[in-house]
Amino acid sequence: MKLTLHIWRQPDRNSPGRLVTYQLDGVSPDMSFLEMLDLLNEQLASSGQDPVAFDHDCREGICGMCSLVINGVPHGPLQGTTTCQLHMRHFRDGDHIYIEPFRAKAFPVIKDLVVDRSAFDRIIEAGGYISTNVGSAPEANTIPVPKEEADTAFDAATCIGCGACVAACPNASAMLFVAAKVAHFAHLPHGQPERRRRVLRMVEEMDRQGFGNCSNYEECEAACPKEISVKFIAEMNREYLRALCSPAADQV
Amino acid sequence: MTQLDGRVPSGPIAEKWDRHRRQLRLVAPANRRKFRIIVVGSGLAGASAAATLGQLGYQVDCFCFQDSPRRAHSIAAQGGINAAKNYQNDGDNVWRLFYDTIKGGDFRSREANVYRLAQISTAIIDQCVALGVPFAREYGGMLANRSFGGVQVSRTFYARGQTGQQLLLACYSALARQIDAGNVRMYPRTEMLDLVIVDGKARGIITRNLVTGEIQRHAAHAVCLATGGYGNIYYLSTNAAGCNVTATYRAYKRGAYFANPCFTQIHPTCIPPHGEHQSKLTLMSESLRNDGRIWVPKRKGDRRPPQEIPESERDYFLERMYPAFGNLVPRDIASRAIKRICDQGYGVGPLGIGVYLDFSDAIKRLGRSTIEQRYGNLFEMYERITGEDPYEVPMRIYPASHYTMGGLWVDYNLMSNIPGLFVLGEANFSDHGANRLGASALMQGLADGFFIIPNTIAHYLAGEPMQPVSTDHDAFAEAENEVRLRIRRLLQVKGRRTPDSFHRELGRLMWDNCGMIRNREGLQRTLEKVAQLREEFWENVNVLGSNEQFNIMLEKAGRVADFLEFAELMCYDALHREESCGAHFREEYQTPDGEAVRNDEQFCYVAAWEYQGVGQKPTLHKEPLVFEEVKPTVRSYK
Ligand SMILES: Cc1cc2nc3c(=O)[nH]c(=O)nc-3n(C[C@H](O)[C@H](O)[C@H](O)COP(=O)(O)OP(=O)(O)OC[C@H]3O[C@@H](n4cnc5c(N)ncnc54)[C@H](O)[C@@H]3O)c2cc1C
Ligand code: SF4
Ligand code: FES
Repeated sequence: MKLTLHIWRQPDRNSPGRLVTYQLDGVSPDMSFLEMLDLLNEQLASSGQDPVAFDHDCREGICGMCSLVINGVPHGPLQGTTTCQLHMRHFRDGDHIYIEPFRAKAFPVIKDLVVDRSAFDRIIEAGGYISTNVGSAPEANTIPVPKEEADTAFDAATCIGCGACVAACPNASAMLFVAAKVAHFAHLPHGQPERRRRVLRMVEEMDRQGFGNCSNYEECEAACPKEISVKFIAEMNREYLRALCSPAADQV
Repeated sequence: MTQLDGRVPSGPIAEKWDRHRRQLRLVAPANRRKFRIIVVGSGLAGASAAATLGQLGYQVDCFCFQDSPRRAHSIAAQGGINAAKNYQNDGDNVWRLFYDTIKGGDFRSREANVYRLAQISTAIIDQCVALGVPFAREYGGMLANRSFGGVQVSRTFYARGQTGQQLLLACYSALARQIDAGNVRMYPRTEMLDLVIVDGKARGIITRNLVTGEIQRHAAHAVCLATGGYGNIYYLSTNAAGCNVTATYRAYKRGAYFANPCFTQIHPTCIPPHGEHQSKLTLMSESLRNDGRIWVPKRKGDRRPPQEIPESERDYFLERMYPAFGNLVPRDIASRAIKRICDQGYGVGPLGIGVYLDFSDAIKRLGRSTIEQRYGNLFEMYERITGEDPYEVPMRIYPASHYTMGGLWVDYNLMSNIPGLFVLGEANFSDHGANRLGASALMQGLADGFFIIPNTIAHYLAGEPMQPVSTDHDAFAEAENEVRLRIRRLLQVKGRRTPDSFHRELGRLMWDNCGMIRNREGLQRTLEKVAQLREEFWENVNVLGSNEQFNIMLEKAGRVADFLEFAELMCYDALHREESCGAHFREEYQTPDGEAVRNDEQFCYVAAWEYQGVGQKPTLHKEPLVFEEVKPTVRSYK
């Protein structure tokens, strides 16, 4: 396949960026999208041009490191698929492909297609955990967890923290990401003691990091490579309201 | 050569760890804040260690090269984690998990470490459940188990096919809590490039900020390396793209011994490569072998689609060769059998490297929905990569580099031969001998980080009178200088080949000659070729840009440069070990029907290598392995 790529190039955070056009020949349909970019980089480097920086690590859809907005869609056209798992058989010979970084105020560009998503870490640090010290855990089977609850917790916990939900949202809201973590713990008995404090602190931190509000566009769910459901956002809203109204047993 | 002492405590094996803990020195809570500990790595081993040490009140600095600690390579583990809970009442216990691990490792691991691992395994599950890991459960609400990778009990805990993800996210959340509490400082996108030794003790590291290029010095009272394995030496592997040997290799260059570097595991069930631009290989979890049957056509070069090949013309070769274990034989045995059958021309798929892993019988027996429940996400992943639907067409699989049993040598306290340098997780050599059993790496990483290091590091800190060391010390200046010089050299070559192209060539060389099957002649030739390739690298590598920027080529070049030195170490080790054991299969040492011949008389030891200079043969030190509890037997799965 032969492709025309329009790629966002930006030397660093403080310099302006722009789209640069590249022709790429010899792309095989079995290549992954990132292997296609590897090929481009190999050619750029060989001719003395700076290769395109993009984030990636596991290349199997689980670490959440890869990103990219491909033809306007975070992680590209395939439903439930990260960029690293997208294969070129979903494109056609002669296609023009636009490749841009995830864009959000809370995700500044570091270089080219690489953005800083550490705001997500700060949200987790503000309460996305269960405070159990090592050594104090009871025997694992003493607290049974109904299978349905465990499964729902798991469905929420599969979030890979990639940030596509933010990139897809017209308001750059992080609601789906935060809701997934809140729901994960809310569905487990072990998560109950800190339930109220957790949701209050995480939402507060989310706002502080500069993410926008949720106005129910539901673009996040469509872009999410792990198909995290927006029902968790509704759940989180209920959690949040309940936390605001309930007596402050575990006051923040 | 010296004899190394693993400092295994005395006493009956079941009591060693308890007795040892009674004797270990403690650091009082109020004193812990006076100690700074560096943890390099945020995978299961690093994150669990950093979180636990932070919780205890030490000041911890934790480093990873990804943009967030949550993305360490542990995230990709699929199948599960072992623990001797015996929830299934199927005869499991600590001793059996210990025995399976020792036997699986082909009697090349240290008994006492493995026993301790089996003992700790149960507490790991308790801790992970308490941290919110949504393990698979039965309808009654109790934890579910499955049998995994060549054992006859069901002791593996799992979270669909994403066990590593769920465990790492639990460790990451515990780490986040300690960051929030101010006990841990996290340095993401930061790469350790050297170890700093002061008065013979590990006292700090030199790092490069991968965003700005800033070179930084970090001082501490002890350094823990939890930097994972070096499976990417083969270029193509199931490891994440960033996995590398740099941290442990640079520690080796500073005097830490590297143990059993040639013990590398090749996993049987991975998606075969599609062509020249393949950048990584994807594992299909071993658990698939519970229900999938492996076969090839009986006729060489049979190109019919699999559905058209009748039952009578299929060779279920693992079931034929190993009737007792069938498709569930350990990884090394399965991998070699697959490689051989493909080498003989029976392989399937466009490149002829692959065998079928077929679920049609299981789907008939259990129904599609059960199979979907068990492996849904793996099947999806397979389809996404290959474009084929494994519910309809059998999967194609082929072995790939997956895990490295070798690593820095450590004693029973997980301390290397350099005082104050501790090594955890896949980065050390300690528990898996010559071959690792499925679902035991996650267990080891968490045992090391949650339960062992907090005890043993306190013993070290409380026992060593230590001068305060600042980063102004000459040793820091010298190490920083070396790091800078090396970066400058890389940037100044200005040759014509990319770092990747060298990596690919090195990987091919190692895969062919120091991979699943090895022989003397091939290893000797490879030693020469690696030296030549390294020479060419330093004359002809092309690294664009500067140090003071986000520079992916520079990052890569540094890692490839280390692989180009480390490859020699692997070959020396493989060459010297004149036996076949576990994953190390030397062609010269096999039975007429192709089974491994181990040599306990001469090689029942850990080979720990000491650096002597680039291109120089390293010095061998031996730690004899003493088996008091189990008798090394011929590992037969027939
Ligand atoms: C695809 C796959 C599936 C697997 N499935 C299973 C399974 O089902 N069960 C099982 O038990 N095991 C499994 N394993 C093995 C297991 O996942 C690993 O052995 C284990 O997770 C390693 O954990 P670790 O903490 O030692 O290292 P890693 O998770 O590899 O972490 C290494 C850390 O070190 C950091 N690091 C490395 N070098 C540097 C440096 N120079 N400077 C700074 N930071 C550095 C990295 O950023 C990272 O944070 C699997 C492995 C693979 C590849
Ligand atoms: S919710 Fe989905 S899109 Fe958002 S970070 Fe998690 S996995 Fe990515
Ligand atoms: S590179 Fe890990 S999810 Fe894409």
